Amino acid sequence: MSKASRPRIGLFVTCLVDLVRPQIGFAAVKLLEQAGCDVEVPGAQTCCGQPAWNAGADRDARDIAQSVIAAFEGFDHVVAPSGSCAGMIKRHYPEMFENDAAWLARARALSAKTHELLSFLVKVRGMTGVTATFAKSVCYHDSCSSLREMGVKAEPRALLSSVEGLTIDELTDGQVCCGFGGLFSVKYPEISERMADDKIADACATGARAMLGGDLGCLLHLKGRMQRAGKSLEVRHVAEVLAGMGAQKALGEP
Amino acid sequence: MNLDPKAFPQAARTALKDPTLKPVLGRLKTHFGAGRALAAQRYGDFESLREAGKAIREYAVTHLDELLTQFETSVVARGGTVHWARDASEARRVILSILQDVGAKTVTKGKSMVTEEIRLNPFLEANGIVPVETDLGEYIIQLRDEPPSHIIAPAFHLSKEQVAETFRVSHADLDPGRALVERNALVQEARAVLRSAFERADAGITGANFLSARDGAAMIVTNEGNGDLTRLLPGTHIVVTGIEKVVADMDDVAVLLRLLPRSATGQPISTYVSVMGGPRGRDEDDGPENFHVVLVDNGRSALIGTEAQDVLRCIRCAACMNHCPIYGAVGGHAYGATYMGPIGAALNPGMMGVAEAAHHANASTFCGRCAEVCPVMIPLPKIMRHWRAVEYAGGLAPKAITRGLSLWAFAAKRPALYRLGARVASRLLRLMSRRGAVRSVPVSNGWFAVRDFPAPQGRTFQEQWRGRHRK
Repeated sequence: MSKASRPRIGLFVTCLVDLVRPQIGFAAVKLLEQAGCDVEVPGAQTCCGQPAWNAGADRDARDIAQSVIAAFEGFDHVVAPSGSCAGMIKRHYPEMFENDAAWLARARALSAKTHELLSFLVKVRGMTGVTATFAKSVCYHDSCSSLREMGVKAEPRALLSSVEGLTIDELTDGQVCCGFGGLFSVKYPEISERMADDKIADACATGARAMLGGDLGCLLHLKGRMQRAGKSLEVRHVAEVLAGMGAQKALGEP
Repeated sequence: MNLDPKAFPQAARTALKDPTLKPVLGRLKTHFGAGRALAAQRYGDFESLREAGKAIREYAVTHLDELLTQFETSVVARGGTVHWARDASEARRVILSILQDVGAKTVTKGKSMVTEEIRLNPFLEANGIVPVETDLGEYIIQLRDEPPSHIIAPAFHLSKEQVAETFRVSHADLDPGRALVERNALVQEARAVLRSAFERADAGITGANFLSARDGAAMIVTNEGNGDLTRLLPGTHIVVTGIEKVVADMDDVAVLLRLLPRSATGQPISTYVSVMGGPRGRDEDDGPENFHVVLVDNGRSALIGTEAQDVLRCIRCAACMNHCPIYGAVGGHAYGATYMGPIGAALNPGMMGVAEAAHHANASTFCGRCAEVCPVMIPLPKIMRHWRAVEYAGGLAPKAITRGLSLWAFAAKRPALYRLGARVASRLLRLMSRRGAVRSVPVSNGWFAVRDFPAPQGRTFQEQWRGRHRK
């Protein structure tokens, strides 16, 4: 592939990946490079601003969004290993600037080229499979934002089906929220706990040995709940498995 | 039972600990969720139908003034009377005065959420008029002195064993040895008791699912036939409904009628569809002599032109609450309001004030299932977020949240500071972890109340990446 045809990708790492699970960022870089992209990681990124936006702290959310727009608008595409953060940029940045024509245009332009990692690999880059081994049965947790905001469902499954040794046991209530919801998990912990327990029970009932997902927020919440409740299901971001990093320690594994 | 939306967190905790509630709420999925999915699939292009429903309701909400005036003219032409009530207390007084004019002592009622909203029953009782709820679910909760826990299935929170217990207590004159195990036995008993109420009622009160402006007619969907007995047998019929229920004509009603039962219960059509077009005509054999429509505003018109306007499109099908994981965990009573679940979360802060109903708007993960199933495509999470913004801007959000967010946002706007903060946080969390988990951090009681925090894997991504790329 000639240099000129390689798109320049700005990787939106996400604040949770940066802090808790850097391996997901490296897995994303590896997959994007396998898909023929040049990947850069702008240093000016922090968070997409979703905690502020969802809390109704509009001014803070807009300030953060403006710096994300400025840092990423020069790339051919913006890719995030999270449906939630990608959905924030794609769906909600334009909403934020409904009354600000100049920023609305820039927010819309960024929105148009922002993608969740797996859908970018499959739909934009035409990736059909990976070279990786993960000899386990897994269940897949679709985050609400991936599923409903970004319309991502088939893509992770398509790529996972090419992983050697891996089988997928689907959840019974895969479309139901796990109870994370950002600050919701802190404001209403007991409701969040019930929703997590229902999701974990569903996952355990599949008989799968690992739970994979595309959004670290949900996975941290679910794994944290499993740690507290003494459940030992292995939890990972799907990108790690696809990038051949499935032998590394799983989330929260000592 | 007291309705207190501010007590949502405590009420939710109590509900989560109630062992009878979980199996009952499990039926939301099997009963309503599965039914709606099948009905939508069988219909075929349900998405186009939702688009059509949205357009009809959008037109209505943006032409309320014209449509309501036309509705009134049409009702008057048919010999009925229209009353306008600015708020709950005006609505109660209007209804009482109609009832007093005809000397009513007993009033049968079809299911009506607006009469719940305006707290009509206690007011009538205080004024010497006996209201008798005739919808089975409403009848059960009236006996128990509870508010509805669901907008189309008011007694949804009860098991049939609890209903049997209620009947044994309330129907004390019946044989104590009778069997009340089967659902049908319960229905038959309520039916027999309610017959005598229908016979002695002086007036009947129903709600309306839709009003047709052109025809001056109100329409209700029911499954028990109680609505027809309520509106046809007594001499006076009062329709009490919200001003937003009006649409242009019966063609619009027909489209909405395809959406409503399918979204609500999964039925292609309800057992009864009743069109109420005024008092008994000279050549007609039945129907009331007096026909009144009480149009209640109670905060609705104030939503027009605001970011919450779309909530007025609601046709009260309850699909949002049937698919809501929060409602599914805590049930309807925890909300402490007439409208619960996502529609309550979008509507209550507008009708009651954000200070009163902020919990409703906050108790959502924005999972989006409500908006996905809403028959008139109300962007429910977007409206809830709007109320959160009003709460935040008004300084009404909890201080712990606003302080934490402000501190975090300060750093998030300064990448170098943020990177440093993340590095420090990563190290601290790793130092505090034992066997892969952080058990507690004093600053976040909410998170650690129910779960651990998986320990960070190592140095932050930015730290590692910059180390490798020396940028």
